[in-house]
Amino acid sequence: MNVWLEKQRHLIDFTLASLARRKTKNLGLLLAYAVLVFVLASLMLFTQALRSEATFVLAGSPEVILQRMVAGRHDLIPPGYIEKIGRIRGVQKQEGRLWGYYYDPVVNANYTFMARPANEVASGSIMVGATLARARGLAAGNVISFRSYSGKLFAFKVSAVLSPDSELLSADLVLLSEADFRAFFEYPAGYFTDIALSVANPQEVRKVAEKLSASLPDSRPILREEVLRTYQSVFDWREGIMLTVLAGAILAFAILSWEKASGLSAEEKREIGILKAIGWETSDVIRMKMWEGMLISLTAFLLGFIAAYVHVFYFGAAVFEPVLKGWAVLYPRFALVPTVDGLQVATLFFFTVFPYTAAVLVPIWRAAITDPDSVMRA
Amino acid sequence: MIELSQIKKAFNQGQSNEYWALNGIDLTLEAGKVTAFRGPSGSGKTTLLTLVGCLSRPTSGRVRFKGEDISGLPERFLTEIRRQSFGFIFQQFNLIKGLTAIENVILPGFPTGRPRAELIAAAEQIFEQLKLSHRRTAKVEWLSGGEQQRVAIARALINNPEVIIADEPTANLDTALSREFMAILEGFTAAGKTVLLTSHDPLVVESDAVHRVIGMRDGCLVDA
Amino acid sequence: MRRPSTLAFILLMVMSLGVIAIFAHSWQLTVTDQSRLQANRTLVTQLGLTDLALFSESRYTRHPSQADLHSALQDHPGAFDHFPTGSLISPPAHLTKTHERLAGKTTSPD
Ligand SMILES: Nc1ncnc2c1ncn2[C@@H]1O[C@H](COP(=O)(O)OP(=O)(O)OP(=O)(O)O)[C@@H](O)[C@H]1O
Ligand SMILES: [Mg+2]
Repeated sequence: MNVWLEKQRHLIDFTLASLARRKTKNLGLLLAYAVLVFVLASLMLFTQALRSEATFVLAGSPEVILQRMVAGRHDLIPPGYIEKIGRIRGVQKQEGRLWGYYYDPVVNANYTFMARPANEVASGSIMVGATLARARGLAAGNVISFRSYSGKLFAFKVSAVLSPDSELLSADLVLLSEADFRAFFEYPAGYFTDIALSVANPQEVRKVAEKLSASLPDSRPILREEVLRTYQSVFDWREGIMLTVLAGAILAFAILSWEKASGLSAEEKREIGILKAIGWETSDVIRMKMWEGMLISLTAFLLGFIAAYVHVFYFGAAVFEPVLKGWAVLYPRFALVPTVDGLQVATLFFFTVFPYTAAVLVPIWRAAITDPDSVMRA
Repeated sequence: MIELSQIKKAFNQGQSNEYWALNGIDLTLEAGKVTAFRGPSGSGKTTLLTLVGCLSRPTSGRVRFKGEDISGLPERFLTEIRRQSFGFIFQQFNLIKGLTAIENVILPGFPTGRPRAELIAAAEQIFEQLKLSHRRTAKVEWLSGGEQQRVAIARALINNPEVIIADEPTANLDTALSREFMAILEGFTAAGKTVLLTSHDPLVVESDAVHRVIGMRDGCLVDA
Repeated sequence: MRRPSTLAFILLMVMSLGVIAIFAHSWQLTVTDQSRLQANRTLVTQLGLTDLALFSESRYTRHPSQADLHSALQDHPGAFDHFPTGSLISPPAHLTKTHERLAGKTTSPD
């Protein structure tokens, strides 16, 4: 056992000494490899954390949202609609909601306006999300005016800025009183945007949804579990530009490493012959190369993963920001709660460490079984 | 110590370019002596050394080493015998570039699993004997031809083999360095090692350090 | 002479410890993280929020879970579009499943 261990250390010594001979080239390769792992791991950690955070906080959203469709488009809920629902068994509470979008030409951003009961937001005042406040330079006590879609100017006093901790949810929110909302958008009295229903018994939610679509054929119920599923599958592995871009990088790296690992130079072949002639076994040569592959890929994996963790949870995934931000003006600043999925990490480990080690080993196999007497004639 | 009987070696057997490099060699080599093989180019000297040194296997015939038939052993065992009992000095030195002299010297000790400190100590001692200590941490490509050869010799000695095999050891050396090499050879004899070498160089084959000269021609032994 | 393998072991060891620390760190939610998550869930319940405010450039990316299956052309979540984020998130699964779930259960064509 001790002898075996010592032997492996010798092989590692040798492989490191060989790698050190082309320091810049090998360090460059290691770096490229680590960057690749870094981007993949960042993507993985970011989406995983976002997903688990969304799942946790959105578990508090309404059990059922009821939209009304007219001619294939989302339409307003007319008066009397809510009363019809009251007769459905299992529905504990139903509430007409008022919300809509507003385009602010000053910063070219879209806001989400949402009416709140008078006891939360007084008439003439608004509460705004922290991202919006930052974009417009608002603080509690400031006055801001919006020109409504009908062309009238409305001035509001900012009574509070929502907590920056909630930016991921409330970035672009403008909360205002119901009266202000209706006046601002000239929303017809008695109409609502949609209806939020609470269903006490989670087992009954699907039943309620079925009854709703039966009794209100022009309605479309959206269940909370569907909301949660939306965010479960958001940023799936298959999705996104990020992966498309990455695919190119992965391919480039695969070619690079294959080229480096599999294109055994004449020099390397000669060295293997020498090693065999001076008493190395074929298996020693192969194991030596295996250590090389494992050391490089393991180092790259660990480096890339640690850097990705720091990047995602301490630097707010800054690398992805330009992509996630898209054309949006308002981009929330948020710190995700660190979450690591062991299985995902294992998958990443397997797909980064294994192929490289294999790419190193395949060509060496052929070289290592050549006859050692070839070194006698050079 | 080494007995060869009816050794034949063919290259590319069964193909159109089949070539018989050795045609029936019978030879007994004594332990503790320096034996030199002499012969024209292509006569099969190198081929014979590779057979004795377990670098390759004869097409037919037997190689006995210390009474044991080694011609039929699988590669793993051949490698082990080669590592333990033979040290090689190649004509081109065959050092690994980019590594230091001492790193090159300890390479044959790696598969044995001997602790590194022990290998380094042994290498330092050999360097001492070969008067090369001052160059031990130099990269081998910076060394002069004579220094490179002494590194190659040190590498052949690191596993303390009984037999040293040297193929054209002085081909790349000038007269002074060749003389120095012959002095080292005498040291081997004094240490009780068996030496097999090939050479065209009269300085080598006619030297007192060589106990026996064997002539070769067209894959057969001839009187020297 | 320093042994290269020792250096490599130390390096790998340090980085492995880093990864172990990461696992340990992420399993143990801090009090601030916990209270922040809880506060956000309360906000969601209070305001009846349904979506993250991650992409605010179009309706179906601002509220993907409320996106509207029936609207044609640019409002369709599967529509080819010029918003980069549109290609980051796919149509919510339930949008394509609605037909199946309600098939035969509604009196009006779905
Ligand atoms: N791998 C091989 N394939 C084909 N022919 C070979 C091979 N190795 C050696 N030979 C042939 O075998 C013959 C003997 O070669 P060997 O190298 O033993 O000669 P040598 O006596 O060492 O010559 P020199 O003095 O020039 O080194 C040569 O004619 C050579 O061409
Ligand atoms: Mg020869």
